[in-house]
Amino acid sequence: MTVWPNDPVLEIKDVAKTFGPVTALKRMNLSVRPGRMHTLLGENGAGKSTLMKILVGPFQPTSGAITLHGKPYAPKNPIEAKALGLSIVFQELSLCRNLSVAENILATHEPNKFGFIRDRDLNAQSAQIVSELGLPVNVRTKVGDLSIAQRQLVEIAKGLSRPADVVILDEPTSSLSDSEAEILFTIIGRLKAKGTAIIYISHRMEEIMRISDDITVIRDGSFVATTEKQNTSIEGLIALMVGREMKDIYPPRLVERPSSAVKPVLSVENLSETNKFDNVTLDIRPGEVVGLFGLIGSGRSDVMKALFGFGQPRGTIRLNGEPVHFRSPADAIRNGIAFVTENRKEEGLVLQHSVERNINMVALSRLAGGFGFTRPARERASAKAEVLRLAIKTASIETPAGSLSGGNQQKIVIAKWLQTQPKILILDEPTRGVDVGAKFEIYRIIRELAAAGTAILMVSSELPEVLGLSDRLVIMHNKRVAKTLDAQGVSPETVMTYAAGMHQ
Amino acid sequence: MTNSTETKQALLASPLIRQYGGIVISLIILCVVFSSISPRFLAFNNFMNIMQQVAVIAVAAYGMTYVILLGDIDLSVGSIIAVAGMVAAQAFAMGFGFVPTVLITLAAGAIMGGLNGVLSAKLMLPSFIVTVATMGIYRGAVSLPTNGAPASIENETWLAIGSESWLGLPIIIWIVIALFAINHIVLSRTIFGRRAYLAGGNREAAIYSGIRVDRLKIIIFMISGVMAAVSGILLSSRLSSAQTNAGMGYELDAIAAVVLGGTSLAGGVGTMVGTILGALIIGVINNGMNMLAVPYFYQLIFKGIVILFAVWLDVRSKSMRT
Repeated sequence: MTVWPNDPVLEIKDVAKTFGPVTALKRMNLSVRPGRMHTLLGENGAGKSTLMKILVGPFQPTSGAITLHGKPYAPKNPIEAKALGLSIVFQELSLCRNLSVAENILATHEPNKFGFIRDRDLNAQSAQIVSELGLPVNVRTKVGDLSIAQRQLVEIAKGLSRPADVVILDEPTSSLSDSEAEILFTIIGRLKAKGTAIIYISHRMEEIMRISDDITVIRDGSFVATTEKQNTSIEGLIALMVGREMKDIYPPRLVERPSSAVKPVLSVENLSETNKFDNVTLDIRPGEVVGLFGLIGSGRSDVMKALFGFGQPRGTIRLNGEPVHFRSPADAIRNGIAFVTENRKEEGLVLQHSVERNINMVALSRLAGGFGFTRPARERASAKAEVLRLAIKTASIETPAGSLSGGNQQKIVIAKWLQTQPKILILDEPTRGVDVGAKFEIYRIIRELAAAGTAILMVSSELPEVLGLSDRLVIMHNKRVAKTLDAQGVSPETVMTYAAGMHQ
Repeated sequence: MTNSTETKQALLASPLIRQYGGIVISLIILCVVFSSISPRFLAFNNFMNIMQQVAVIAVAAYGMTYVILLGDIDLSVGSIIAVAGMVAAQAFAMGFGFVPTVLITLAAGAIMGGLNGVLSAKLMLPSFIVTVATMGIYRGAVSLPTNGAPASIENETWLAIGSESWLGLPIIIWIVIALFAINHIVLSRTIFGRRAYLAGGNREAAIYSGIRVDRLKIIIFMISGVMAAVSGILLSSRLSSAQTNAGMGYELDAIAAVVLGGTSLAGGVGTMVGTILGALIIGVINNGMNMLAVPYFYQLIFKGIVILFAVWLDVRSKSMRT
């Protein structure tokens, strides 16, 4: 293995960034060495996004210095940054769905003659990039026809389409399955061998501990510590990130779990929908947390949607023993069901509207006065109460929801559903893309709601989370319920074998 | 930071100024320019003139505001204006009285708007395409009863709308003000208005929040149709007849008024206050240039430039926040 020089290729020294009275970065230090993978770790809102926008534009630091290869570095936009040798792969997909993989990968530097693109060259060049990276995609495929995970890999190929000295990967694995993540790790290994420095941003502690060389922890816009991986542990890193020890990430039950004698509030019998799911039976008691676990494609998402009034499932749904039939989400909401959706930006929030409007979105008519008139004072009070209850960090309730960090956005989505005082709360990936601190608070909220008698159906692809919070588990495989079992003392291996269909 | 940028920031900090600053400045600039050239411009009577001329556009623009707020567009309002006039003329010819004729005309507007909404919502067609088609269909339908000839209207109450005054103000202006108040309150203070903002801001999120977006869209297109029908009533009353080419191109003026008023074509952002200000700008331009006897083709060029400038000013003042 080549040993690369110890001098940093990219050095960030005492960088600060303020917007008028608001301080986004207080004091940031980062020094990245060639051929090493440097993880940047911090809660949402710790200042990572601001730092990225300084590194690839459009922000300029208010004070401090950045050097690349020892020379001052201040790009205005990602294209300039790329020309200087720094490439970024965004977490938010920046691909054009209607164009082919090849067209996307080589976007902005297509091989051309006098501005005319030759498809043959385009496809050949991009095919070479793709095969060097070992990606399982055809470059002629339209990006819109790829799965989210494949798109993420194409995004990475796009970022690496030109040689770069420093590559920033912003949460690249958040939508990847384990096997796809392995492909990414292999790519990272190859880049490191070529001497590329990698700045890696992720919330997944296990993978960080596995593949990083150096780890820098930031908190509240400030540098906290840089350490080599072998000198730290997950617990140590979490403590640095949140500034306190976090002993048990899954808070204990606040009350005893409901006994099996308690009648279920929601029961589903032999629910089927063609091509989506088959013969699903499950029930939830008041105060119970039921984990619905299954791999992608197992049908779990469609089951939840059916419980929320989408589609036309056959079979029986009972609410307190009474058969019900939801024709629309509005119907389901009226019957006390709430659905915290998976993608807060697409299905959860109106990003340009205020925190207040988002929180009151579902409970609108409940808060209104007579003749369909809104009651602003009541809406404000109710939004403020939720902000306090869920500890949502926002400058005011007038702030646009889109300007909050991911964790706080997620809390707004939860808040808007709590406003309806649901009897049954469905949570789809409630902690996806959320930092450790916010995760812990969401777990605490789930416990409190269960203690207050809310029936909770939770879907998560993070197995430790499902096991840590659920009373019972419903495991789906291939559009059917593979197993229903008590979550007490179940090992992750057992759950995975059912989810993978190995018990048939 | 220098003093002048601080004052600038303090000024921009006020949400009202941030929201309407650009457009009000444009309006003031236009008024100063016109009144310095023609002293008659600032007279109270001329203001009444502007308001009367603006009325037809303003009322149609109220309806258009909901549509654009939802992220949609209604290109058929100009044609609906003409159909409304023709429906009224035919109703009077059949011997209906004033009140029934008003109701029939408004119902015709609701049906035409509703058809736009149903086609767009239920067949999932883009409203742009649907209303391009119905713009032609409705425009053609105007000529059906008379084979393309205009139809005169002689009902005195109807004609009084466009010519009489009440408490010193022309009736037409009372209608513009009353409809402004109603639409402003509906949009800013009711659940219905809030749902329009939410569904326009993020359709998916609105559906998941239990808002029946399809039904909302149909209702909003019906409102747009009814508002266009009111415009048709005002126009036919002023012209004392139903013309087959009435309201031609008015949909573009209505859209321009809404967009000048700061309503985002992407949906989710906008106000009625902005729309009435936008309609006033268009009215002031038309009136000022008529007064200066500017040839019509120059008017078109100048109007286009002013719209570009005002929208640019508006976008700029909003982006200065960051």
